[in-house]
Amino acid sequence: MFESLLRRPEAGALLGLIFVAIFFTVFGGKLFLSPAGAASWLNMAANLGIIAIPIGFLMIAGELDISIGSMVPAGSMAMGIACGYFDLPIWVGIIITMGFGVMIGLINGYMVVRTNVPSLIVTLGTLFFTAGLTLFLSLLLTGNTAVSLKAPAWAKAAFGDFYGPSLQVIVFWWLAVSLVYFYFLHFSPWGNWVFAMGGDKTSARNAGIPIDKLTITLFVLSSVSAAFVGMCQTILFNSAQVSTGMSFIFNTIISVVIGGVLLTGGFGSVVGIFFGTITFAMVNQGIYFTDFDRNLSSLIVGVMLLVAVLMNNTFREMALRYTPKKGGKS
Amino acid sequence: MSQPIFELRNVNKSFGPVEVLNDISLKVHEGEILCLLGDNGAGKSTLIKILSGVHDATSGEIFMDGQSVHFARPRDAVDRGVATVHQFGGTFPLMSIGRSFFVGMEPTKKFGPFTVFDRQTANEIAVREVQEFGITRIDDGDRLIGSLSGGERQSLAIARALYFGARVLILDEPTAALGVKEASHVLRVVLEAKRRGLAVIFITHNVTHAMTIGDHFAVLIRGSKAADFRRGEKSREEITDLMAGGEAMAELEAEIEEYLNSQEVNQPAT
Repeated sequence: MFESLLRRPEAGALLGLIFVAIFFTVFGGKLFLSPAGAASWLNMAANLGIIAIPIGFLMIAGELDISIGSMVPAGSMAMGIACGYFDLPIWVGIIITMGFGVMIGLINGYMVVRTNVPSLIVTLGTLFFTAGLTLFLSLLLTGNTAVSLKAPAWAKAAFGDFYGPSLQVIVFWWLAVSLVYFYFLHFSPWGNWVFAMGGDKTSARNAGIPIDKLTITLFVLSSVSAAFVGMCQTILFNSAQVSTGMSFIFNTIISVVIGGVLLTGGFGSVVGIFFGTITFAMVNQGIYFTDFDRNLSSLIVGVMLLVAVLMNNTFREMALRYTPKKGGKS
Repeated sequence: MSQPIFELRNVNKSFGPVEVLNDISLKVHEGEILCLLGDNGAGKSTLIKILSGVHDATSGEIFMDGQSVHFARPRDAVDRGVATVHQFGGTFPLMSIGRSFFVGMEPTKKFGPFTVFDRQTANEIAVREVQEFGITRIDDGDRLIGSLSGGERQSLAIARALYFGARVLILDEPTAALGVKEASHVLRVVLEAKRRGLAVIFITHNVTHAMTIGDHFAVLIRGSKAADFRRGEKSREEITDLMAGGEAMAELEAEIEEYLNSQEVNQPAT
């Protein structure tokens, strides 16, 4: 039973999560698991996780999207400019923000599919493209790099408010989309296509999977998710500024890799990414609950990433070697 | 004999100015194994790509059951019942047996309002189909493809093709990367496919394997069909010679002999 659990893609993430949770409970004290303490890492996990799962899908499919690094601030500014500066209704702002996400996602997807340039390079291009476009349009339209926004109560409640002690509403969005993604990847027939694409693109195409359409869809999904997170931040903080969300790039990739997704594609799980995201957020926030030097935070993240990758490799090897007992030697 | 299931008539293929295939005509009947022999670079892989719909022929026609067909995409070939199994089984190492068996044709069931992948059915069918080919070691559909041996992967891929209604099976070097024992397993699976009435096109450069199971042989040399003969009409040596370019091989032998003779003359006394 235990052994069959280890062969699953999320095994490493689950063990890591348990270890990190125990570690910070011991060294951080009760506060770490108190409602207010838990909110601090859950908020971070939610903002990260909404983007991390689509990024994980792309990685399972053998692609990568780093343009989300400027898509988060772009979504944030789009909302701010539309509803804060031009006073458009919130729902128009949502459409504009999501539309911007769809546009960048389509550019990424089409470029990757049409040109065969590695998606790392394509999205590196759109990373800077989007950052530049956001800055340019902000200055052109508002003459400023920051806008404030007064969102109506329903929008605050839906996208940017605190519940309980200090839990952001985006946590509920994260849980909801995680469930949807879980269904999509592991139970719907389309999930199979994502794995097949990452496993062997040519065979997948020959098996009749519309891999171009699927690739473009996944890129749109990650861009829109990033725009959504940016939008929620604007509504939450009542303001938006042109900034860089570069930390999102590494943080999502780290979460996904801790979650057991294979960088070269074909292997991974939503549960794993979910655990990986929480693990990362715990380490990132947990350090503030301990007496350790804050500067050790990155060091711990780095060590954890390497340990996670090694563990995941081991478990994957176990899965590959697995043959039922009665099967005899092989 | 009856009408061939699959026939190529005067197929040519060139990439720009480079002519890769020149006037290839082939026929294969139901329950027959056609072995396509050729050395590296003879045009075998290009021919496979035309047969499986990856490339279009520059000229010439493909007939199925006497009717002219055109494969614009690999999917067209599959829909017509032409299945291609590539050297490594064309499978996904980190997917389970059940999932990879049904890639692109996932069985589903209703779970409330949701359509879900029917893992149990997929696993059962995949295991049953491959066991019917005598590969009884595969008994758990949740195992990863990567844990199977090369021969098991080939067998699984062939079983998959048959399950999805293939009538023509194109095998691209199925035994090239396998050990002797594994290869014999795969050959047995190919014979079973033949027994079930499939037309098999077996591409290889291994003359022994070809002679073990082939009914009909064609040899490709530099993009042209150099020979076309039936089982028993040529010996192994003749076929090997043909593949290596026939005359070229004889010439080489003569040269070597000459060289050895000249060396003998100059050999220092020991």
